[in-house]
Parts: sequence; C-alpha cells; structure tokens
Amino acid sequence: MTPLKAKRISLNIVTHLVLIIFAIIAIYPVLQIVTISLRPADKLLSTSLEIIPPNATLKSYVALFTGRPFLLWARNSALISLTVTLTGVVLAAMAGYAFSRFSFAGKKMGLLSLLVTQMFPATMLLLPLYLMLIFLGLINTYLGIIITYTATALPFCIWTMKGYYDTIPTSLEEAARIDGCNQFQAFYKIILPLAAPALVITGLFSFMTAWSEYLVAAQILQDAHLWTLPLGLKSFESNMSTEWGLYGAASLIVMIPVVVLFLALSRWLVSGLTLGSVKG
Amino acid sequence: MNAFSRKAFIFAFVAPAFLILLGVVFYPFIYNVVISFSNMNLRHIKDWEFVGLKQYIKVFTEPTEPNFYAVFLKTVVWTTVNIFFHVVIGVFLALLLNQHIRGRSVYRTFLILPWAIPQYIVALTWRGMFNYEYGSINLIITKYLHLPAVEWLKSPTEAFLACILTNVWLGFPFMMVVALGALQSIPHELYEAADIDGASWYHKLKNITIPLIRPVMIPAITLGIVWTFNNLNIVWLVSNTGEPSDQTHILVSFVYKAAFNLYRYGYAAALSMVIFFVLLIFSITFMRKSKAAEAAY
Repeated sequence: MTPLKAKRISLNIVTHLVLIIFAIIAIYPVLQIVTISLRPADKLLSTSLEIIPPNATLKSYVALFTGRPFLLWARNSALISLTVTLTGVVLAAMAGYAFSRFSFAGKKMGLLSLLVTQMFPATMLLLPLYLMLIFLGLINTYLGIIITYTATALPFCIWTMKGYYDTIPTSLEEAARIDGCNQFQAFYKIILPLAAPALVITGLFSFMTAWSEYLVAAQILQDAHLWTLPLGLKSFESNMSTEWGLYGAASLIVMIPVVVLFLALSRWLVSGLTLGSVKG
Repeated sequence: MNAFSRKAFIFAFVAPAFLILLGVVFYPFIYNVVISFSNMNLRHIKDWEFVGLKQYIKVFTEPTEPNFYAVFLKTVVWTTVNIFFHVVIGVFLALLLNQHIRGRSVYRTFLILPWAIPQYIVALTWRGMFNYEYGSINLIITKYLHLPAVEWLKSPTEAFLACILTNVWLGFPFMMVVALGALQSIPHELYEAADIDGASWYHKLKNITIPLIRPVMIPAITLGIVWTFNNLNIVWLVSNTGEPSDQTHILVSFVYKAAFNLYRYGYAAALSMVIFFVLLIFSITFMRKSKAAEAAY
C-alpha cells in the first residue's frame, strides 16, 4: 500500500467517525423521548442511560388516549393548522402573483415591509393583534388564533411565492393568451400548476407554523376545551411533577408527521428559498 | 382583453394583497407605535392616555432587575455565540458531506433532524435532559467523564449555557444545508486546477471554497442572526420563563414577560420598537457591508 493511499483511507475513517459522532448528537434527544415514553410508571425517574428501558411498556400511549383529552387537542390542532394552511396558500398564491407580474403604486414598499416583518420581535405583532382580539371579543376563539397564525406566516409565504413566480417566464402566459385564455385562466391553468412546488412549500410552512406554536396559543387560547397540542403537551410539564411518560408519548406522536414531511421536502425547501432570495 | 377588464383583473389580485398587508402588517405596526407612546396596561386598557416618550425613557433608565443594558449585552452574546457555532459546525459538516463517502444521504437525513422537530418539543426535552438528578447530560458527565454534576437550571450562568447548548443543537442543520447547496454549485475543475498547482487543503479552502460560498452564506447568516436574536421559544421554555429569578433573559423573552406576565403594554410596545430598530439598523449595515444588498430583493 502506498503512503498516499494509506493516508486517504485513514482520512476516510476519520470523516466517518466525525459524522457518526455528530449524527448521534443529532438523534440523541429524539431517542430520549422514545426512552421516556416506554418507561414503566414506577421507573419514570431513572438514572439509567439505556435507550430501551428495562420492562418497556406502551402504557403511557394507552393512558394518553384513554385518560387524557389528547384526541381533542389533536382535533383542535388539525382544524386550526389546516385552516391556516388553506388560507395562507390561497392568499399567498394570489398576492405573490400580483407582486410578481404587475407594477402598481406601493409595490416596492409592500415587498420591503414584508421583509421587514421578519425583524419584528414576536411581541411587535403579537401584542397589537392580541389587544385587537380582546377589543373584538375574539380571545378564546379559533378565529382569533387563525387570524394571528395566518398573519405570522403570510409575509414569508408571499415572498416565497413571488420569488417562485419570478422564475416562470411571462411568455408562457402570453402564449396562453394568444390561444384564447383570459388572464385569469392563464393564471390558474398555466402558472399555478407550474408553481406547485412553491405551493407545497408554502403549505408546509403555514402548517408547521400553526402545528408547532406554543407562545401565541398560550395567550389566546386560555379555555382548556380549545387547547392545541403544544398547550396540552406543556401541561404535562409542570413545576410540581412532570408527567414524563405522557409527555414523551405525546411528543413522539406529534412530531412524527412533521418530521417525515419535513425530511421528505427538505432538499427542495432550501433550493426554493435560495432561488427566491437570489433571483427575487 | 380590453383595458377595463385588465384593470379589474389587476385590482382583483392586488386588492387582497393590499388588504392583507394593511391588516396584518401596517395596522398592527401603527397600533404598536401608538401603544408605545401611551400608558396602556392592565388597569388602563381602554382609558389610556398619551404620555409622550415616557415609556422609551423607562426602557433605557428603569432600574429593573436585570436592566435593559444587561439584557441587551446578554442578547448580543447569545446571538454571537449561537451564530458562530451554527456556521462553523454547519460549514464543517457540509464540507465532510460534500465528498464521495458511503452513506452520505443517511448522514444528511440524521443531521437535518434537529431542524425538523417542533421547537417547543426540543426545548422541553432538553430541559428534561438538563435535570440535575435524572437528566441524561449530568448522568453522562458523572458516569463516563467522572466529573461532578452541574446544577444546570438553578444558577444564571449555567441556565444561560443550557439555553445556548440547546439552540446550537437546533440551529446548525440550517447552515449545513445552505452551505451544502452552495458547495455543490462550485465547479470541480477549480479544485483540479488547484491540485495541479500543488495547493494545500488550506489554500483551497481559503481561496476557492470560502469566497465561492460567501454570497450564499451572507444572506443566510443575516437571516440566522435575526432569527436567533428574536428566538423566544428556546430561552423561554428551557429556562422556564427566565428562571432563576429573571436572570436568564434575552430581549425578546424580557419583552414577552413584560407584555403577557406583567401586562405592561405601553412599556412592552416601546421595548419592541427599540428591538426592531436595533435589528433593522444592524441588518441594513451588515448586508450593505457584505455587498449582498442587491441580492436580497
């Protein structure tokens, strides 16, 4: 074996070792959640570091569905998240198109103000919106939280859609118009299908905003019947005694759908984002 | 299409955009400005009055414990340390993943995981892991490293460190993915030419890799700084509302507490304005300095 080859092989081994260490660090907290959710009730506070605990049991999962309003929280979260997703996608698809294709007074100002919202601290929109909801009597209503979430997600969604439309040549609409489509038909028959990837990303982003949000929900939804999953999960973790088993089981169930969706779309998400920001 | 129907079409598409902007950006923003000049709080929620710059003066001079400057300094430390590790770890891992190695996509999937998990679950899980007696961090420290256990959540420095560790874990995948995308667009011929010239890995990194991924990394870093500066979830949930005794705050958690736990609406609105302008001025300067402003929009 030549020294050069030996050097390359040892470098390869080091690379794998480093990657394995970081991969373990990345997965470890997730494994923790699995471990906690499988522990038997009398061993919840354990000083063992095993991943699959001795006497592993699914009792926490059973307790979650039978003893706690987990399904109610899931229903509330799903209802809110899906409404936010639908509203966000429709509004962003239209607004983004207007920003991409037409010039009108205040266009540049509008686009910049959308960018600037990303620099608002959470309270900057939350506090005024919260006070507005109080005056409108919308605290403790789904409508209140749906408006707030849509407002939070929209600027980013409009920007993404606009960036993507910009990459679609206008000649396509012109061709469609010559073939007898009116402008609206050209939009929804030609452009919208082409923008499907951006619509998916916008939808994913809106959904994740609503599905994973705790701090806004904690202010607006105070009635326990209206609680979403994050509020429910946080209630397992109280100062006196944390119900770790229930928390672990619930976290795992809540996280699986978003993690799967996210990983499936992740490669795409970043290329879409970079494209939007560079081409703009 | 005649001129009239064209105008009607534009109106139909622009009007929702304008209404949305009006409702969710301009109106709340103006309203926030108004509140910041008022004495609005839980007792004066409808009968508030204008008090001029009083709330702004309070932001800068009120001897709260901790005061504005201490929290601001902490926020700067928080942002700098986090972004430093996000970028260094992210770019380092991207460089490793940008080679022909077995199982590349498997590593990539695992390494993205922290980004995919809802932040509140991340925060609450790490809070559990930082538990003194039963948390796995202390168990690893005592069992394998044979060091004394650390009181992570009871003292200010350690609690702040716990928040930083959690957020470093959470944030490196974003930078890694962005860097990976940038690395893949570098033409391979450049490295081949450098090899022919006998360049070392350090020279290749300094003269090819870094200059070529810079245009993509700068906007990502700007965004990362803004997100980290404003990241409420991690500090609020890991330190459990700023414990011990409000010593673990960054500006956003401090203002969230003022607004929603102490109901000091006027003060919170003024502080929000201050945070916003700090970030706005910083972003403009940073983007302009790195000459990426034209790429941003």
